[in-house]
Amino acid sequence: MIVALPAKEIISQLSDKFPGVIEEAGQDSVLVKSDSLPAVAEHLKTAAGFKFDYLNYITAVDYYQYFEVVYQMTSLEHNHSAILKVRCHTRDNPTVPSLIGIYQGADFQEREIYDLMGITFEGHPNLKRIFLWEGFDGHPLRKDWNQ
Amino acid sequence: MEVSNDKEYIYSSTELDCDEGRIIEEVKAGSRESIPDPDAWLDEDLRRNIILTSVDWVLDWARRSSLWTAICYPACCGMEWMATLSPRFDASRFGMEIMRASPRQADLMITAGTLTWKMAPNVRRIYHQMPEPKWVIAMGACGISGGIFRSSYNVVPGYNKIIPVDVYVPGCPPRPEALIYGIQMLQKKINKAKAVPDLSELPNPLKKGKKV
Ligand code: SF4
Repeated sequence: MIVALPAKEIISQLSDKFPGVIEEAGQDSVLVKSDSLPAVAEHLKTAAGFKFDYLNYITAVDYYQYFEVVYQMTSLEHNHSAILKVRCHTRDNPTVPSLIGIYQGADFQEREIYDLMGITFEGHPNLKRIFLWEGFDGHPLRKDWNQ
Repeated sequence: MEVSNDKEYIYSSTELDCDEGRIIEEVKAGSRESIPDPDAWLDEDLRRNIILTSVDWVLDWARRSSLWTAICYPACCGMEWMATLSPRFDASRFGMEIMRASPRQADLMITAGTLTWKMAPNVRRIYHQMPEPKWVIAMGACGISGGIFRSSYNVVPGYNKIIPVDVYVPGCPPRPEALIYGIQMLQKKINKAKAVPDLSELPNPLKKGKKV
């Protein structure tokens, strides 16, 4: 069975290697600074105790004051999972670094979030709409979007 | 491939994407109004152009007893439609056991499911590829009005925005019995269709000013 790795454990190991990147920690989720996301993800994927080699999903939430992008990854070796979050505080052009270089599976999900939420993933090689058609006005899953 | 066009594309400049977007936007812009029941406008043209004698009855019988359906199952209503086809409900009793993968061989489209704007141009194309005479049954709440997704940003509020619909079968999804009832309604409708003009309504060239 896959169990969630307690955030405490993740933080205790991360804070030595990446001082100052953790903004907030819940029970089993870790909020990191968005510009250090690729480095943290890379570490979680490769470091011996973690080995989070499988990206379950990426999703995004619109909290009005900020957008939150949520990543869940699982280690198929150790059977544990973790949730990583980043925030962007601007509505005009929210930007998060792309994880496509670390997890290939991030490709379509980042495009989906870009399509429906309007969050730009920096470094994505083919960031364009995936569900809606070219010419659709705006990003419909934003809370302030109106038909 | 880059395309230069007077419209500014914001999200993608690939030719394929732009074309797709243009087609969908065109269909969407031209689909604000519902298309009225074909009975209201189709008959008139047919009456003027086809002159036949009393094969009327045979024609109607043949048409109503061999309703072959085109494939159009974008969502969950398709399951009930498949159940209708299966032995328990047995749509072949109505001469419609044959599903046509090619719209060229179909006379009936049962629109079993939610239609998104992205799919709309393709459904309309399938409809246009079906030869006349052809009929459409809008199956389920989504087929009639968009159903629970009506106010969504990507759902067509009813197939009659895209293609003319003859019979509406409500339900979410309709039971196979309801669909069969709808098919029977359509058969009754086809039965009433007259390919032959009513002779008493035509001017008689022998008797000036009078009808036969
Ligand atoms: S009417 Fe109901 S069952 Fe049919 S496609 Fe819509 S949601 Fe699905």
